[in-house]
Amino acid sequence: MRRSLHPVIMIMLVVAAALFGRALPTWTLSLATVAASNALIALGIVVLARTGNVSFGQGLFFAAGGYGVALIANAWGVTDAVAQVIIGAICGGLLGLVIGPLIARYTGIFFGMLTLALSMVLYGALVKSTVLGGSDGFNVGRPTLFGMIFVDPREADFMLYAVSVVTTGLAGIAATILFRSELGLVSLAVRENNLRVEYLGTSANRIVTINFIIAAVFAGASGAFALMAQRHIDPQFAYWTTSGEFVFLAILAGYQSVAAVFVASLALELVRSFSNLYLPNTWQLVLGIFLLGVILFLPRGIGSLWIRDKHKRNDSAAETPVTAEKGAVA
Amino acid sequence: MNPVLSVRGLDKRFGAVVAADALTIEIAAGQKVSLIGANGAGKTTFVNMVTGYLKPDSGSIALDGMNIGEHSPRGVAQLGISRSFQIPQLFIELTAAENLMVAVSGTRTRALSLHSPADAQGRREKAIELLGRFGLADLADRPVSELAGGVRKLIDIAMALVRRPKLLLLDEPTSGVSAEEKFVTMDRVIHAVAPDAATIVFVEHDMEIVSRYADRVVAFYSGRILADGNPNDVLKDPEVRRYVTGGA
Amino acid sequence: MDFFLTIVLDGLIQASWLFIVALGLTLVFGVLKILNIAHGSFYALGAYIAATAVTTVAAHGLPPSVGFVAMLVSVAFIASAVGFLLERSLLKMFYGCDEVVLLLVTYAVFLILEDVTKLIWGVNPIYATQPYELFGNLEFAGLYYVGYDLVLIPISAAAGLAVWFGLHRTVTGKIVLAVIHNEEMSASMGVKVKRVYAIAFAFGVLLAAMAGALTAPKISIQPGLSSDVIILSFAIVVIGGLGSVEGAAVGAILVGLARAASVHLMPQAELFMIYLIMAGVLMFRPEGLFQRETARRI
Repeated sequence: MRRSLHPVIMIMLVVAAALFGRALPTWTLSLATVAASNALIALGIVVLARTGNVSFGQGLFFAAGGYGVALIANAWGVTDAVAQVIIGAICGGLLGLVIGPLIARYTGIFFGMLTLALSMVLYGALVKSTVLGGSDGFNVGRPTLFGMIFVDPREADFMLYAVSVVTTGLAGIAATILFRSELGLVSLAVRENNLRVEYLGTSANRIVTINFIIAAVFAGASGAFALMAQRHIDPQFAYWTTSGEFVFLAILAGYQSVAAVFVASLALELVRSFSNLYLPNTWQLVLGIFLLGVILFLPRGIGSLWIRDKHKRNDSAAETPVTAEKGAVA
Repeated sequence: MNPVLSVRGLDKRFGAVVAADALTIEIAAGQKVSLIGANGAGKTTFVNMVTGYLKPDSGSIALDGMNIGEHSPRGVAQLGISRSFQIPQLFIELTAAENLMVAVSGTRTRALSLHSPADAQGRREKAIELLGRFGLADLADRPVSELAGGVRKLIDIAMALVRRPKLLLLDEPTSGVSAEEKFVTMDRVIHAVAPDAATIVFVEHDMEIVSRYADRVVAFYSGRILADGNPNDVLKDPEVRRYVTGGA
Repeated sequence: MDFFLTIVLDGLIQASWLFIVALGLTLVFGVLKILNIAHGSFYALGAYIAATAVTTVAAHGLPPSVGFVAMLVSVAFIASAVGFLLERSLLKMFYGCDEVVLLLVTYAVFLILEDVTKLIWGVNPIYATQPYELFGNLEFAGLYYVGYDLVLIPISAAAGLAVWFGLHRTVTGKIVLAVIHNEEMSASMGVKVKRVYAIAFAFGVLLAAMAGALTAPKISIQPGLSSDVIILSFAIVVIGGLGSVEGAAVGAILVGLARAASVHLMPQAELFMIYLIMAGVLMFRPEGLFQRETARRI
């Protein structure tokens, strides 16, 4: 069996990562918060990608989560960070519940294009909506936690960092359990041959929809984090380049390892920070070159660095193809 | 008693090509029926229609007396018809056992579990048992991508057996299997379904297999049934020899 | 009636430059089977180069007409060269790879070009309005139309017809069509597919850049142009059918009219309407409005 971490160990790692934030300088805290939030939405894309469908429009749920939380926060004064994350997740999830069944039957490039189109529909509507601030968007107040208000910016940053790391960590653990589960296996089967899955009595569309909703929930929660970090929401959340960055991150990570998503996200944020700091207006240039490099040298994503293709074994028997004569026992 | 499968007046055209022309056939429970015919005669189209993958232009299909013409492959599978494919339809990147486990999950009536591991709840055991019936148990953890065509064929058939179907449709079960292995393969298939006393319909080009394993042969030509009866009679029929098997 | 004509005219004005961009995108997809995300970047590049040409000419005291010609010529040369070089150096490294990989490569090019244009021309908007006055104004149905805008309609139509004739009536064009329809067969018939790739890609880039040059005098040229244009032209190409020249025309006209109608009737819908149509087409007729006949492979 594959070597894998026990859930309890993973939870401990998450807690450790959260506490480690105490030792980090402020600029790393914001960076790590953004990385965690991006990893969350990219993880959702990976979950869905395991059914063979790549969503190029997660911005739809990202914005739904962000706007949903922003509106509720401003209208009802809900400032608790955990509450906001949950609301964001629910907003994303509800929208996913509505849209998922509609588009689950499309596959491949059409699925991707459809998700892209839907996210741009929301973008278009948001940009022209005067009620929601149009292309300028609007602001929200500082988040609190369990009634505590954080005046000191360092404390506020650490709180956000901790909440995002814990949330994303838990999502990662949930994803790991999902990948190993019955649904996880059948999802991979749908990716390979959805017709055979149907012939075996399982609804491929249902499988896709469930994974789609999970991705939407993650995206909505991520939107809440982005909102809390920027204290501002605008239609850019739904724009195609935003969705594109998340897909880029998911592809960079590869779909085999949850940990790879975090590593890739952190790497990306580091690159972005450094290039913004030292070479303004070049981080997209650097990203583009970085992407070309990864395509050339790591075609299976960063995860392939430490997860050997799980089916490659070292025994030499694997070299010769097995025929019925050799493999069959009389 | 109702025949297991009752097909009446099935028509199917693809443009100018007639794949089915007023096809009418009844298959009783427990029979081993072989469908023969040249390529394009309509055998696979027949299987595709019976399993709900293609909708006939007209006609009816009934399983145990119940109309199933409106069902999708999923619905048909849940009602008790399973099939294997001419070109094995497998999950190439998964292991042999995992392929079977997916089939086992398909029999679940409740929703699939988001947390219970794929190989838990007896799924792996069932998968290994089925692989064992075909002598493939020690290949359980090999990815299908590494396995040869003949083995893939067997896995494809094994997957169709998971549901213990009333009616098993095999599309060219021995094609791609080496000459020495054909009889072993068919023996294994017949043996594997024996406990469930399923009805088997198999499309075959190899007349040795047909004469040895079928107790009834139906010959197709241009979407019509040319001959229908016991293997000896059908295979000797001059029209069948002319349009199907060749030879004087 | 007047109102209706206004919408039609506005729509056609929009459609004219949209068509040229979409045409380039759909041709590149048809021949190379690549969805070029950097297509909008070449549009922007064309606009920026045009602006530089126009302002340079104006700085030398020459009339706007010279500026107009200068911008078209300079963009034509530079864009063709860039397109050709890019295809020969970068793209061909990835032929034969998964289509997702090629998509990522063009996405990388898009990212790189975004910053390259920022580094060369800065982040502030630049303008090149002198040629805009070249064709005077026209009064129609109580509204004033700028001659330049109206002139774009026949230019665009002419470009479309030229491409259509080029494809269907010349030998080179028919070779390109052959590659679009069945590349394997074409190659086995002796067609130098790689050369067709290079020409098609360079031409696609040229079209995008020319569209950028032609619209440069009427827009503010700034970062963000490329991402707006690519998503819009992508929508058009999906609506019309990937790889179809007629589809690009119909899609452009449809989108242009939808935009014009929205602006006059329901301004909030102007943007999302287009993507709603795109989603609708994808759901009900995924191949687009103009399916290319694809032969059934055995």
